[in-house]
Amino acid sequence: MSEAAIEATGLHISRGRTRILRGLDFAVASGRITGLLGPSGSGKTTLMRGIVGVQRITRGSISVLGRQAGSAPLRHDVGYVTQGASVYSDLSVEANVKYFGAMHKASATDVAESIAAVGLESFAKQKAGNLSGGEFSRLSLACALVAHPKLLVLDEPTVGLDPVLRAELWERFVDMAAGGTTLLVSSHVMEEASHCSSLLLLRDGLLLAQLTPAELAERGRSNDLERAFLNMIKDAERGPDSGHPAKKSQVAS
Amino acid sequence: MNLRMTFATTARVLDQLRHDHRSVALIMVVPALLLTAVYYLFENETLPPGFPRTFDRVGLMMLAIFPFVVMFLVTSITMLRERTSGTLERLLTTPIHKADLLFGYAIAFSIMAALQSLVATAVAYWIFNLDIKGSPGFVVMIAVINAVLGVALGLLCSAFARTEFQAVQFMPVVVVPQILLCGLFVAREQMNDVLEAISGVLPLTFSVDALQEIAGNVDATETLWQDTLVMGGIVVGVLVLASLTLRRQTS
Repeated sequence: MSEAAIEATGLHISRGRTRILRGLDFAVASGRITGLLGPSGSGKTTLMRGIVGVQRITRGSISVLGRQAGSAPLRHDVGYVTQGASVYSDLSVEANVKYFGAMHKASATDVAESIAAVGLESFAKQKAGNLSGGEFSRLSLACALVAHPKLLVLDEPTVGLDPVLRAELWERFVDMAAGGTTLLVSSHVMEEASHCSSLLLLRDGLLLAQLTPAELAERGRSNDLERAFLNMIKDAERGPDSGHPAKKSQVAS
Repeated sequence: MNLRMTFATTARVLDQLRHDHRSVALIMVVPALLLTAVYYLFENETLPPGFPRTFDRVGLMMLAIFPFVVMFLVTSITMLRERTSGTLERLLTTPIHKADLLFGYAIAFSIMAALQSLVATAVAYWIFNLDIKGSPGFVVMIAVINAVLGVALGLLCSAFARTEFQAVQFMPVVVVPQILLCGLFVAREQMNDVLEAISGVLPLTFSVDALQEIAGNVDATETLWQDTLVMGGIVVGVLVLASLTLRRQTS
């Protein structure tokens, strides 16, 4: 396996008085799709914001592509697609992609390619505000693709998409990874985990496990990954026999 | 600072405005209409011979105050939207520099303000025969600087509002006192010491002073350039403060 694209050591992040992430250590392999999974409120978004450098880290460190997260040279190489699509609803699809592309010296071809990559060619001249929910979030993705990032951080990119679109998008992610892009994709839909080559299971600000989908199925004793995840949580709550930071008693305190 | 990113931002902000026909119409037409109202308000005043019309004084100041108010409102709402929609956070993960963003905004709205004051000044001159000694070019110049001042204050104030409703509430706080104390209603020399002192540090006061210089002199005076310089300094200072409110990281 090639070197790690993201490395977190002893990562703590608090927002206000709330401790959101409480000591994470993990590495994300480059050129792969890594899934970040966990119930809502487990700290997925906060972790992603830390990785792209918009969230201050309380303790520990995150290194991204060999540099400290958020450092200026990374701004060309890291793409971030937020959970709610952050694009200009009063601009056309093309104008949105062109504007974000301008930050990365993207050419007109880059712009057209990114729009095509998310299947919005026929909507290029339409106002973003008139798009459907799914089209709108794909536009947000196109605005990140136009920069050709080495690391793409996607926060729940498939929320609100129909199954066909979801499948298309995952195919797209697999293609990108094959082309050398590292992807970190969060989701709370466990069935999407099967598309990833590695999974980070987050719960209550702690890393429950880092494993492959096959290992998840095995350790959670189910081929239904959702059930497997639930089983792993139950095991972790019960005792130390099944997993790694299985200290639920500390979690409660 | 990177010119490509600055101008991309300017083009983007203008493109957003272009789609909003109603706002463009309001920006262009409303000042001219209000100026018309001011003209007819003083239409029947009786003046001793040789005494200047009130319109020549009040109308002139209005030419500088409109762009200030309008651009303050437009900018604070637009920037607040940028902050709340997540696009600002997203932009700040890209290589764009904060100055590119702020100057991009300032240039876009200055262009709008220049167009606006051209319309209003043309109406004042050609329809209502505004009678001042100085050149209308200087009037437009002061109007544009005022607009940029409005932009800068709007950018700054948007940081302290969480909703558009709150952003609008900043108008009575930031804009109205300046209009009251700038010398439009009462000449500054007739104010009590406290009000005069406050008036002396408010940016709009300098533009009213500058306009009076333009009205009273055929050529640009030293005071006019001094006032212009002070306003330019205030604009830069406020823009720097505004840039401090743009944080790449939240805690």
